[in-house]
Amino acid sequence: MAETMSSPVRRSVPIWAQVLIWSALVVLLMVIGIVLNRRSEGNIQVGNRIPDFTLPLFSGYESNDQSEIRFSDLRGKVVVINFWASWCKPCELEAADLQAAWEYYRPTGQVIFLGVNYVDTEPEARLYLQKFGITYPNGPDLGTRISQLFRISGVPETYFVDKNGVLRYVRVGPFTSLEEIQRQVDLLLAE
Amino acid sequence: MMRLMRLSWLILLLAALAVRPAWAQGPRPPTDDEVNAIARKLYCPVCENTPLDVCPTQACAQWRSLIRQMLAEGKTEQEIVQYFVDNYGARVLNEPPRQGFHWLAYLVPPLAILVGVAIVVQAFRAMKRPGPAAPTARSDQEALLDEYLLRLEEELRRQR
Repeated sequence: MAETMSSPVRRSVPIWAQVLIWSALVVLLMVIGIVLNRRSEGNIQVGNRIPDFTLPLFSGYESNDQSEIRFSDLRGKVVVINFWASWCKPCELEAADLQAAWEYYRPTGQVIFLGVNYVDTEPEARLYLQKFGITYPNGPDLGTRISQLFRISGVPETYFVDKNGVLRYVRVGPFTSLEEIQRQVDLLLAE
Repeated sequence: MMRLMRLSWLILLLAALAVRPAWAQGPRPPTDDEVNAIARKLYCPVCENTPLDVCPTQACAQWRSLIRQMLAEGKTEQEIVQYFVDNYGARVLNEPPRQGFHWLAYLVPPLAILVGVAIVVQAFRAMKRPGPAAPTARSDQEALLDEYLLRLEEELRRQR
């Protein structure tokens, strides 16, 4: 009687399949977690050191006859990084002020402006640069690597970096005056 | 002499006919359909989830114009798409490239479906399998009853 009433043998999922399923679930959750974490981080925070990057430059917009510029080579200078695009109307509002600020600080040799052209086409980008008489180093954000590094939320966006490569101020949207740019640069130069 | 002249005219005529298709195949501007066929494979870099062929932004208009220009230059579809990937990243593609981390997009959904199907099949099998407890109990009772009847019959025989 006891033998006949014993519980039947259960056919369970093989152990290798269980391991596979659980591993896949864990990997999937990790991927989702990483993506959500990155999205929640937002822009590079003020006070953070800017990771190194290389910006290829448009012909005619080189820096010291170099066809590309490496951010780590700019240590010791105040760096103003401006993300822009030719299709961006608000960018046009600040273009002249940025150029004026560049012309103001260029003789000092202590400040460098970098224009990062975001998801744009080169002919239109060049037309834009010519239209506003921009002369500071400018180049395309190939593969959107730099904008992803900064996790920009759009254009225009401008990052002010101190002489030690630390981000000190972020401007989302266009500047409304030359003084606004100068105020931030002067603060960093005074340090 | 006449025959020679006729032959010359014939050769000239044939040569002219041979040249005509070459004139017809001269450079022509790419059509909107040709541009959109490639634009459809790309996504707007500014708006989310908007294919390039229907996006109304200026950025996309510039990209379509660039596609048109590259087609006119004789670039193939693959070369044009690759140009956009090199310049703007793989995220502009309407489907992820089959390489590296992007493989997850192709592997995870079918794997999830397979696992789901396996679980459903397992559940159906478990439902169809006859419950072992009930039949065993019934057969036990029958066996007990048989044994009881046998003993009863034996007792009755003895009493006779």
